[in-house]
Amino acid sequence: MDILKQLDEIQAAGLGALEAVADEESLAAWRSAHLGRKSGVMAAFDGMKDLGKEERPQVGKRANEVKGALEAALEKKQAALKQAALAASLSSEHLDVSLPGRARPLGRLHPANQTLRRIYAIFAEMGFQVYRSREVESDDYNFTFLNIPAHHPARDMWDTFHTDREGVILRTHTSPGQIHAMREYCPENIRVILPGMVYRYEQVTTRSEMQFNQVEGLAVGPNITFGDLKGTLTDFARRMFNPDVRTRFRASHFPFTEPSAEMDVECFVCMGEGCSVCKGTGWLEILGSGMVHPTVLRHGGYDPEKVSGFAFGMGPERITMLLHRITDIRHFWRNDVRFLEQF
Amino acid sequence: MKAPLSWIKDYVSLDGIEIEELAHKLTMAGLEIEEITFVGLPLPPGEKHDFIVKGIAWDREKIVVAEILEVGPHPNADRLTLCRVNDGEREHTVLTGAPNLFPYKGQGPLNPPLKVAYAKEGTTLYDGHAEGWQLMTLKKAVIRGVESYSMVCSEKELGISEEHEGIMLLPEDAPTGMPLADTMGDAVLDIAITPNIARNANILGVAREIAALFERELKQPSYDFKAEDGPVAGQFAIKIENPELNPRFVGGLIRDIEIRPSPEWVQRRLRLAGQRPINNIVDVTNYVMLDIGQPLHAFDYDELVRRAGGKPPTLITRTAKKGEKLTTLDGETHELQDFTVLVCDTKGSHSIAGIMGGADTEVTEKTTNVLLEGANWNFINIRKTLGYLKMNSEASYRFSRGVHPAMAPRGVGRGLELMRQWAGGAVCEGLVDGYPLPYEDPTTELTPEDVRRWLGIDLKPKEIAAIMARLGFKTSVKGKVVSAAAPDHRVDISSDPVIGKADLLEEIARIYGYDNIPETRLADVLPPQRDNAELEFEERVRDLLVRQGLQEVVTYRLTSPEREAKRLPPGVQPDPKPYITVKNPITPDRFAMRKSMLASMLEILERNARLRERLAFFEIGFVYHESEAGPLPDEKPRLVIAITGRRELPAWQGGGDGLLDYYDLKGIVEGLLGGLHLTGVRYEPSQHPSFHPGKQARLLAGERQVGTIGELHPAVHGQHDLGPAPVLVGTFALDALMEAAPPRHEVQEVPAFPPVLEDLAFIVDENVPAGQVQALIEQTGGATLAGVRLFDVYRGEQLGAGKKSLAYALTYQAADRTLTDDEVAKLRKKIVGRLERELGAVLRA
Ligand SMILES: [Zn+2]
Repeated sequence: MDILKQLDEIQAAGLGALEAVADEESLAAWRSAHLGRKSGVMAAFDGMKDLGKEERPQVGKRANEVKGALEAALEKKQAALKQAALAASLSSEHLDVSLPGRARPLGRLHPANQTLRRIYAIFAEMGFQVYRSREVESDDYNFTFLNIPAHHPARDMWDTFHTDREGVILRTHTSPGQIHAMREYCPENIRVILPGMVYRYEQVTTRSEMQFNQVEGLAVGPNITFGDLKGTLTDFARRMFNPDVRTRFRASHFPFTEPSAEMDVECFVCMGEGCSVCKGTGWLEILGSGMVHPTVLRHGGYDPEKVSGFAFGMGPERITMLLHRITDIRHFWRNDVRFLEQF
Repeated sequence: MKAPLSWIKDYVSLDGIEIEELAHKLTMAGLEIEEITFVGLPLPPGEKHDFIVKGIAWDREKIVVAEILEVGPHPNADRLTLCRVNDGEREHTVLTGAPNLFPYKGQGPLNPPLKVAYAKEGTTLYDGHAEGWQLMTLKKAVIRGVESYSMVCSEKELGISEEHEGIMLLPEDAPTGMPLADTMGDAVLDIAITPNIARNANILGVAREIAALFERELKQPSYDFKAEDGPVAGQFAIKIENPELNPRFVGGLIRDIEIRPSPEWVQRRLRLAGQRPINNIVDVTNYVMLDIGQPLHAFDYDELVRRAGGKPPTLITRTAKKGEKLTTLDGETHELQDFTVLVCDTKGSHSIAGIMGGADTEVTEKTTNVLLEGANWNFINIRKTLGYLKMNSEASYRFSRGVHPAMAPRGVGRGLELMRQWAGGAVCEGLVDGYPLPYEDPTTELTPEDVRRWLGIDLKPKEIAAIMARLGFKTSVKGKVVSAAAPDHRVDISSDPVIGKADLLEEIARIYGYDNIPETRLADVLPPQRDNAELEFEERVRDLLVRQGLQEVVTYRLTSPEREAKRLPPGVQPDPKPYITVKNPITPDRFAMRKSMLASMLEILERNARLRERLAFFEIGFVYHESEAGPLPDEKPRLVIAITGRRELPAWQGGGDGLLDYYDLKGIVEGLLGGLHLTGVRYEPSQHPSFHPGKQARLLAGERQVGTIGELHPAVHGQHDLGPAPVLVGTFALDALMEAAPPRHEVQEVPAFPPVLEDLAFIVDENVPAGQVQALIEQTGGATLAGVRLFDVYRGEQLGAGKKSLAYALTYQAADRTLTDDEVAKLRKKIVGRLERELGAVLRA
């Protein structure tokens, strides 16, 4: 049976030749030589028709075996070549990983609004909702209804921009919103925060601006105490600054609250040890607060014999400055990209 | 206000109280100690203090009380003397140039010797001859041939005051050899006094607070005086024309005084408290004001008599006539308003009540008889007067915050007695007291329930009464009700029972200690919860723009019409409606509330033009327009977007250098509107003067204009310091956008069958807008045409002049089946046919 012998040789020759194949190109040549139309094994299939009936199955079986063996070897070789190519590329391709990345334009909120959002979020979870009111205000809402009658010494506390219209000013605080909110919601209980831009007739320096944001808060209801004020604002400070921050409340004076208190938080730069940021005191002045003055409650439509409330006010820019050790408040409205891009 | 501890000790013992504790308690109780200047007493240890620490301690070993036994001449210098000084241990020779020792030079041994502050070698002191406060250490030196190693000190060297001309002389009974710090070491508290506690703007007031906070006894000052002359009655009269404005006017008389400097200790005290000593009479008025808070005024009595034609004078208080003029002590002439109160006599006016005296009747070096005035003025009226006169004085500071009328006779009594002690003379018996409008001290009722409700603490009636008593209130308890009558030195307790209660609650909280009130969480019923739709919409817009890489800015709302006019090309008139302006601008270029966000944005672009190759900003804020409804303006929310410069950020590889243009801006705007699910907005050519006439569009949602976008007009660009790249700007009415945006949107089903994709290019006339082509394709394609995207615009010779080719990628899609080739072919034919018919478009092969 020559033909069977030939098939053995075809297989041996094919496998032998495959040994020497080392790249994709020669593999393709090998494939056409040993498995292609004109290859030995294919010729064997072609020659079957000339074989006798009894020889045919035997030769057919063997030819299939040879073809299968060659194909299997081819597959193996292909895998090996791929593996080798991958290994070669892995060992030869190296990026300079220290080259800078291609920057994508990154949008950012203004730092003041980033802080405002944080304040909104903390108070929202305590049930305080945002109430906004106008910036150009009447003298009555900005002062008189807040227990600051005309010519009262307390008016010294605010340097006011007066407009060309009688009785119209740029609000010096967001407190007029307290009266607006009370008049809108009376006799309901109230929990609101009042954010917005306020204006002061003040020289613009590293420490003072003629325009700045303020966030005030107001809670009114039948059972609100000074203890609640302390608890609520301490909760706020712990979330805004750090979970263990200590607070202290100092007696102070605002005409629209009585008693009034300044809240200090333990300096988060020096952890209360005393540093230049806290001027060696270990404390940072964060906000003013107090129990809503009976006169203010009355102007809002509430009976101070039946309900009480607390109010507070803080400056988001000042808080931002403390958190990021910004030493010049003028950066906020200058909008220099070298400042803005740091947030 | 400056309060020396030594002075406070006149009224309350500070024994056993550390200065840190004192400062802390006062600060917590609302008398904020901003700064403590140490004048001899040891500085508190450590770095951390509630207050700023200034000054120096006096070394107890090295600075002692000594006596100058003899003042001799210096062998080589006329202006120096050599003193024989005994420091309690031994004698030293001390060199000094103090002029106040010259009179003793060559007088031989002094009897009694002069008591002085003596500083030994190695002591650290202030340099008496340097500018400001420089420290120096005493070292051995030879001055003009004489060895010197120690000194006798001036006030400046010890840090007491700026006095450095002469050495400081001590009382004769100062014990020689005693550490100076032990006899006169001091510290001065600098206290911030808020308007509601103006009653504490004096030493007695501070002492009263300390007594209440530390539960110590308050030693009351004496208001009595020793009268050695006849009755004052008949020697002058007082006439008050307007009791509302001048509730009380008290006068006393002292005769035969001698004007001279006040005693050394008085001058020192005044200087420590920040007051310059003048002479004994003027010093008394200042001293009493600092001591108990009642400002006084001293008249030359003889001058008053002369003006009255030799008869007993009458002091008249009356309001000024409108336009009346008066010249005050400082030589200034003031034109007065008709509510301002003047102190006059029958001859005319001489002072502005409570604010400043006139020169005519002032005490001079020749004065011998003094009429001492202690008056009470309506504090609101004083403030109104200060308001237009723009004046300020220590007296007006106190009067403008309210002084109790009971303090007037006290001040005069104390003042007369001090004059008698410091200036000699005899005080006339009694006072002339005009008190037409007596002050009623309110009595307020308070219960433990009030304290519970307002402060959240439980106090028994007795405890409440005890706290009020510590502050000088007269209290009584009946059942649960505490009655507290305000003491006659404070005018801050309201007579309204409800407000009075709050006034008392504040005092209870202060004295009880804010620290001792427990922190609680709000237990009250939560109010109805509401959205703030405007703010939420703004925040959505912010997020959508930030997501697209824009930087938010926040700008000044105050501007100037000139600045805003620059947003328009030359020759274009801004809208003539007036601005809301401020009468008292802080800088001349910011006095008008802005009407344009674009102008604000251009300012920010200018600032950053040279800093980055690509800028992309937005701002959300208000503009302010005069309102028809009243004096308050409309405050309308606006959005402005601006981009300029390179399309891509510069990079070391890649990063094209194309410039941002109209279509970049439009892409951002489409992203914004898409994010708001605001569909069907139309972009139409428009004529906004700030924009390039051919490169701008107005945005219409329905029939309402919601914004304008475009390239900044080259002429406007040229009026600003901007880079060469075009600036693309969009301005939007945020309120209109909000109304147009749907409250919610519905989601399209994700297709379950494969789409058929196909590209079609049409050749159309140049003047056919792409938007029109696209709209027609979409309309014709109907529901089956799920998407149309323009992907190429081409112009070229083979198309012919005036033609362009628009290439679209079309997506055909049916919700319920896979489309057949036939169906797609039919639809394509319909689209092509329609474009041919209506636009003369030719399908490009
Ligand atoms: Zn610190």
